[in-house]
Amino acid sequence: MKKTVFLGALTVAGLAAGVSAAATLEDVKARGKLNCGVVTGLVGFGAPDANGEWQGFDVGFCRAVAAAVLGDPKAVEFVPTTGKTRFTALASGEIDMLARNTTWTLTRDVDLKFEFVGVNYYDGQGFLVTKDMGVSSAKDLDGATICIQTGTTTELNLADFFRANNISYEPVPIETNAEGQQQYLAGACDAYTTDASGLAATRASFEDPSAHVVLPEIISKEPLGPLVRHGDNEWEDIVRWTLNALISAEELGITSANIGELSAAPGSNPEVNRILGTEGNLGEMLGLDADWAKRAIMAGGNYGELFAKNIGESTPIALARGLNAQWKDGGLIYSPPFR
Amino acid sequence: MTTITDPKQGQFRLSMLLYDSRYRAITIQIIALIGFLTLIGWLLSNTAQNLAVLSKEPSFSFMFEPSGYDINQRLLDYDSQDTHLRASLIGLLNTLLVAAMGCVAATIIGVIIGVLRLSPNWIVSRLTAVYVEGFRNVPLLLWIVFTMAILIETLPRPSAFRKGEASMSLWDTVAMTNRGIYIPEPLFSRSLGDMHLLGASALRFDVSLDLLALLAVVIAGFLTSILIKRRADIIQEATGLRPRTWHLRLGVVMLPFLLVLTILGFHLGYPELKGFNFRGGIHLRNSLIALWVALSLYTGAFVAEIVRAGILAVSTGQTEAASALGLRPKRTMSLVVLPQALRVIIPPLISQYLNLTKNSSLAIAVGYMDITGTLGGITMNQTGRELEAVLLLMLVYLAISLTISAVMNWYNQSVTLRER
Amino acid sequence: MPDLSYVRSEMLPERAPPASQVGIVGWARANLFNGIGNSILTVLSLVFLWYVLAAILPWVFAPTWSKGSLNECREVFAADGGHGAACWGVIRERWVQLMFGFYPEAERWRPVLAFGLLFVALIPVLFNMISRRMNWVLLLVVLGLAGVYLGGVLGIIVGLALLGAAAFVGFKAFTTSKEDRAAEIASGVKRLPNPLFFSALYPFIAPWLLWGGTIWMPVGAALGFVISVLAYRSLLPFVGNLAGLIIAVVAALVWWLLLTAPFAGGLHTIIPIGLEPVESRDFGGFMLSITIGVVAIACSLPIGIVLALGRQSDLLIVKALCVGFIEFIRGVPLITLLFVASTLLNIFMPPGTNFDIILRVLIMVTLFAAAYMAEVVRGGLAALPKGQYEAADALGLDYWKAQRLIIMPQALKISIPGIVSTFIGVFKDTTLVSIIGLLDPLGLTNAIRADQNWNGIVWELYGFIALMFFIFCFLMSRYSMYLERRLRTDHR
Repeated sequence: MKKTVFLGALTVAGLAAGVSAAATLEDVKARGKLNCGVVTGLVGFGAPDANGEWQGFDVGFCRAVAAAVLGDPKAVEFVPTTGKTRFTALASGEIDMLARNTTWTLTRDVDLKFEFVGVNYYDGQGFLVTKDMGVSSAKDLDGATICIQTGTTTELNLADFFRANNISYEPVPIETNAEGQQQYLAGACDAYTTDASGLAATRASFEDPSAHVVLPEIISKEPLGPLVRHGDNEWEDIVRWTLNALISAEELGITSANIGELSAAPGSNPEVNRILGTEGNLGEMLGLDADWAKRAIMAGGNYGELFAKNIGESTPIALARGLNAQWKDGGLIYSPPFR
Repeated sequence: MTTITDPKQGQFRLSMLLYDSRYRAITIQIIALIGFLTLIGWLLSNTAQNLAVLSKEPSFSFMFEPSGYDINQRLLDYDSQDTHLRASLIGLLNTLLVAAMGCVAATIIGVIIGVLRLSPNWIVSRLTAVYVEGFRNVPLLLWIVFTMAILIETLPRPSAFRKGEASMSLWDTVAMTNRGIYIPEPLFSRSLGDMHLLGASALRFDVSLDLLALLAVVIAGFLTSILIKRRADIIQEATGLRPRTWHLRLGVVMLPFLLVLTILGFHLGYPELKGFNFRGGIHLRNSLIALWVALSLYTGAFVAEIVRAGILAVSTGQTEAASALGLRPKRTMSLVVLPQALRVIIPPLISQYLNLTKNSSLAIAVGYMDITGTLGGITMNQTGRELEAVLLLMLVYLAISLTISAVMNWYNQSVTLRER
Repeated sequence: MPDLSYVRSEMLPERAPPASQVGIVGWARANLFNGIGNSILTVLSLVFLWYVLAAILPWVFAPTWSKGSLNECREVFAADGGHGAACWGVIRERWVQLMFGFYPEAERWRPVLAFGLLFVALIPVLFNMISRRMNWVLLLVVLGLAGVYLGGVLGIIVGLALLGAAAFVGFKAFTTSKEDRAAEIASGVKRLPNPLFFSALYPFIAPWLLWGGTIWMPVGAALGFVISVLAYRSLLPFVGNLAGLIIAVVAALVWWLLLTAPFAGGLHTIIPIGLEPVESRDFGGFMLSITIGVVAIACSLPIGIVLALGRQSDLLIVKALCVGFIEFIRGVPLITLLFVASTLLNIFMPPGTNFDIILRVLIMVTLFAAAYMAEVVRGGLAALPKGQYEAADALGLDYWKAQRLIIMPQALKISIPGIVSTFIGVFKDTTLVSIIGLLDPLGLTNAIRADQNWNGIVWELYGFIALMFFIFCFLMSRYSMYLERRLRTDHR
């Protein structure tokens, strides 16, 4: 008998959420919530805390988009996705965007019909081994047992790397990072391979991090970025330029601390003015208001602040900026100009 | 008199489709069929529209592209350059392997526990009750991850063997590590080699000629042994005395078998610690053992209840009648109790086998590469062909289940009581 | 008789049996050490028990309840001699999350109330040993407690009033004996309404409590049934049974699909009574498992009955469809159906429809449970003696009347133990949703372990979850066994 209530509820939900691929922005505004796909749990990038609040680097980006579009960084429904469910969730319209360390590849962009709006973290696949193994290079891992997370590009990279170097290995597929860590710590695998950021985060949480090393080889390029559905260019632009706004904000020295002061009146730097909406009408072009970028930056700080707060060197994860430094500092993080 | 209620011929009215019991059945069936076809058509058209929006053409051609990933446990040869089809086949074999191992172990565990639960020994019957209730009332998935965690956390790592903190068991033949258990493997120094079948196709497989030779000898031995038994039966019927034949029958089976083993140069290959891992021997991986043990223990608890119910179902009057007829306890068991108990036990037992096979799909939780892990896991992920992959996956399981059900029905029919 | 030197004229007093036959020793000899084989078994069992308990108990009793992270626990262990033990702090910190998932804190009374009411609603269905009045007392108590808990002047007053009423009725029920009550009823004293009335309302109340929203939605859904019954009753004399049935079903469907939403929306603008709506993706932990299990079983029961009747039917096409559906669902593992829920169901729906993942899972688990339920009901139907069918025919009842009045009440009664075990099975299987990324208890363990504080914790979470599942399933299986014994109406 409950069925009927659900049928009723379903029809309402169906009518209310009638998502047509082209109008994500209107849908999000009508709903008053941004549906953002995140990881089910990865230290530093996205996990719920004891109060059920989601925290992390990717989560911070979701909040920035919600702030830009809806004016409220809390207006986000976080939809935990696994490696398996993430793409269907996005393709079916269940989520409006996916911010779940997903590698930008040609197949995903072209064949699976998604649009990567940019790169928010440059990563690469590495190996974590214990120090006492005496291994200094991934090429020494002949015959080793290696834990890999399934459902990602990692297993393909791994197969390619070992085939190219003509050495053998034994893959141990695992579902989640927590399991991988457990197996690795117990010595059920010699090496644990995943994105180097994940390895650093994992290593940081060990009882004795100094007993483990990340091998120098990075065997793949893993540009991780948020993605949206193919075919809705307005929405894609909004998400892309929110990311760019966070990046530019760092470059131009706009932080959550000084943003109130900077946005109060047009300042001397025209690009800062354009970003903060005190000059020009970039926000309107995107279909938003003038303050969109200001709100996005205030949600969790600029790119650098997000990085420092969630995964940076002052956190237990202690990731160095490295490739993810601003282009001025020798990194790859680079935003097209706001004009 | 009946002609009064029967309507006259040729007076068909439309309302008779509803009110005349002769036509009503047809009407209902046609409505049901139309409803069903409409539903299917609706689903298909929705699917077609949605796929058109996603611009994904339903196609199975991805199955013939290189998979690009490696599988650790493979019963047939496979590498990352093989097709997704081949990877699925490897997965299917792994499913069947763990299902078969699980069914055997669950039966053994179930029978032992089921009998022990009826034991007059208080502590034993309590312990077995705890086992049965404990396993039946906690989700299988939890048991699987639990078993995996126990294996990983309690067994020594290979490096402990190198440092001498752990040593191999059973006179240095078996290595129990937290990566799995290594047991000796049979090797043939004068091997006949392998036979490669089906060329280079995705279904290719090798057959060991050594194994074939051994099988042939054993089967021939058994056939001879049956002949000897027949002859003994005939003699018994004719003379009333049964010649002693067990030594002859044993010899007929064992001697040629041992002979062939010697000719082929049979020896055991022991696992050895080399590099990071043990090499040589048969490697039973953690994931296989965890899944196998958890599935067997979980299903074993259900089987134990079935066995107990089966034994209790045979009334004591049967046993008493058998002893009144002068049958000895052993023959009472084999001729009176067991056949009746089995009739009660086997149907639910087979449906437990069915459950076990389906439950083996939980392998995904411990990374055992069964068909759900290959076709429904990595292949589906990497190709993005959810519709096709899930459809194939369901068909495979359906085929397995229907085969088992067919066996069950066949058995049920052959043992049903012929009632007059 | 002076020759006889001694004749006992009274019985000797009974003597106590030898020490080896009574008390703990006698019991042990009779049950544990009667024979060599048994003695060996006993010793082996004791050794096994000792081994297991010695391994587990020191681990369990660890003074770590108050610790805030794994590292704090590790400090305790280091100070304690270095051997590892359980770090229960994680349960203290996260048990609410394991129970309710992300359900808003202020609204958590709703699932608890729904759960409490579930029992009240189930009691008249499952046990009929509690008197009618006690049933209403229970309902009043649950509602009263909820009112008091909610607080506020109104809540406390209403709550106390309900509790008072409960005490009054309960007192009366306790003080009147069964015979007196029977006499009272015979003399025309009004009885309380049948508690099944509340059980019938429950399916509309519970979803409203859980998902919230306007109260007019469940009212509208319930009205659908009223409309359906009214249509059937009023049309029966004119169009006959089958056509009346079809029209009634169509009327209900039209009402639900097209008119309920405007009805509820319209009334809500006039009289806005409602609860804070909660998105189903905020459901998590055991609440999610229980919701999936209960909803799936409740929805699958009617579908299962229809399927079972179809499977028994003489109509070839109907039978083939039912058998095909049942065998298909039973032939594939639940995980593949969950894959369908997570990846394909939206593709099967009209473009633009978007159910959230939990509703999709509910649909697939319901279909899954329906196939098993159909087999349980079929078993019940098959267990009915043929005489019952023949008697119904002899009375001149048509098919539906016979089913409704004679067959189904008996068949369903026989099937209750089977239904309960199906429920246990489905409830246990809800853990599979963690594989498709839902945060049920098992899924939450991953999320919790991704917290910096609890990274690396394993056994405590699994142990806690296993224990909760065990308690729940064990009680239900005991209940099912009790029922089986009680329902065994044949004479032995």
